[in-house]
Amino acid sequence: MRTKILIRTFFIIIVLIVMISGCGRRKQSITVAGSTAFQPFAEKLADQYMQIYPDAYITIQGGGSAVGIQSALSGAAQIGMADLVTLPEEAKALCSVIVARDGIAVIVNLKNQVNNLTSSQIREIYNGKIDNWKDVGGKDHPITVISREEGSGTRSSFESIIKNVSLTNNAIIQDSNGTVRETVVNDINTIGYISHGLVNDKIKPVLVNGIASTEEEIIKGRYALVRPIFFLTKETPKEKIKDFIDYILSKPGQETIKQNGLIPAK
Amino acid sequence: MKVLTEKGIYRLLMIIALSAIAMLLLIVLFILKEGLPFIFITGIRDFLLSSEWKPAAGKFGIFPMLVGSLWVTLGAMIVGVPLGLAGAVFISEFIPRWAMKIIKPTIELLAGIPSVVYGFIGVMVLAPLIRDYFGGPGLSIAAGAIILGIMILPTILSISIDSIKAVPNSYREGAFALGATHWQTIHMVVIPAARSGIVAGIILGLGRAIGETMAVIMVVGNAVKLPGSAFDSVRTLTANIALEMGYATGKHREALFATGVVLLVIIMVLNYFAASAIKRGVKK
Repeated sequence: MRTKILIRTFFIIIVLIVMISGCGRRKQSITVAGSTAFQPFAEKLADQYMQIYPDAYITIQGGGSAVGIQSALSGAAQIGMADLVTLPEEAKALCSVIVARDGIAVIVNLKNQVNNLTSSQIREIYNGKIDNWKDVGGKDHPITVISREEGSGTRSSFESIIKNVSLTNNAIIQDSNGTVRETVVNDINTIGYISHGLVNDKIKPVLVNGIASTEEEIIKGRYALVRPIFFLTKETPKEKIKDFIDYILSKPGQETIKQNGLIPAK
Repeated sequence: MKVLTEKGIYRLLMIIALSAIAMLLLIVLFILKEGLPFIFITGIRDFLLSSEWKPAAGKFGIFPMLVGSLWVTLGAMIVGVPLGLAGAVFISEFIPRWAMKIIKPTIELLAGIPSVVYGFIGVMVLAPLIRDYFGGPGLSIAAGAIILGIMILPTILSISIDSIKAVPNSYREGAFALGATHWQTIHMVVIPAARSGIVAGIILGLGRAIGETMAVIMVVGNAVKLPGSAFDSVRTLTANIALEMGYATGKHREALFATGVVLLVIIMVLNYFAASAIKRGVKK
């Protein structure tokens, strides 16, 4: 008897939970989807925004830059995030705002002696034409190239800035900035590229064309590997959507972006 | 209190059973619907046997992934089958029942470890070891094979133990009575008698090895190429889908579903063999 009652209460509780969560107060909600590189920053910004304006409700979703463009086009999200150097043809119909910029650091293992690579050396390495570190001033070790999966915003930005990259099929493919970094930490022969905001002291970012991937150089516009982060909307942003974008572009918003390792838009 | 009558229960159970089957059917239908048109348009030969996979350039050949899956799975068998079989024989024939009751569940716990954890161990421990001793990037077929070999151990072990245990004791007594030693009894009488169960266990393990995704993505390096040695990086069919599905649109997406169709066919064929192996065992 007792178990029966228990089971019944359990069911009632579940039904109640479903009902409550289903018919919560409908705040005006904004969905933001896309770039996984900008997702953590967008979450932070949305939190801050919601603290200031408690009646706004913003959901941040990932999915990648391609998903960001698609969902902005289809209306599945009010704002799409994309971190591409050049927006693809289908995104031309959307309104775009650059909310931040992000450098792409080319990274090697700490024990690697190579400190500087030119963009043409990077291209040859990723094309597989240069496959030994001694050809670019290092020790006689084979180069293990690490890239990202097809469709990653970081990869497409990297390839469109370096230009004419047709990735060697010896390249190891990792599916996130974090795993690329881990692989480089563990293997002395590797070269990879990750978002500037995720560089730490376990790996060594190399100079590209003699310029370091520091915030200063990126703001000055001297570092080559920089990509913009776009917010895409179907129509000219207005009301809540405009408010949120304005907040990101405002001083406190840009300050948050800067503190977390990205480069402000202006 | 008599809400749940005999008939009510019967209907309820039937609905639950049917919905499970319906779900399976829907999944299969959905994958076929999304993937088959692509295979027919590209042509089965071009799709399966071309080794160029460049979605951006509209080239979809999954041959490297087929070969990758094959080698990694084969490697997993080479690691997992001897270990599993030897373990099963030892646990079921050589140690007392009470010890078995402790050891068997412990090994089955291996199946409960999430595959990311296996992958993590592979990346942090195994790959550096392989890189240091054998060269290459470390993230390789060998790493994948060892990790998968361990992952399929519980499947092979527990099914093999059950089928060895199911061999009637009279067989063993008969063999002993003829003057056979313990080892002779095992490899001439017990294992042949339990063969169909052992084969079924191995095939189920094989299916798990082909289907495993997370751990494999982490340890095989995912390079799209035909491997030259066991220490080269490869990409498997499952990894191909999981890596690219998040971004894929249009033709690329269809190609990934088509990859899913290929996987589905492989696994269905394997399961069919496993089922018929078990059936043969029952008939005997």
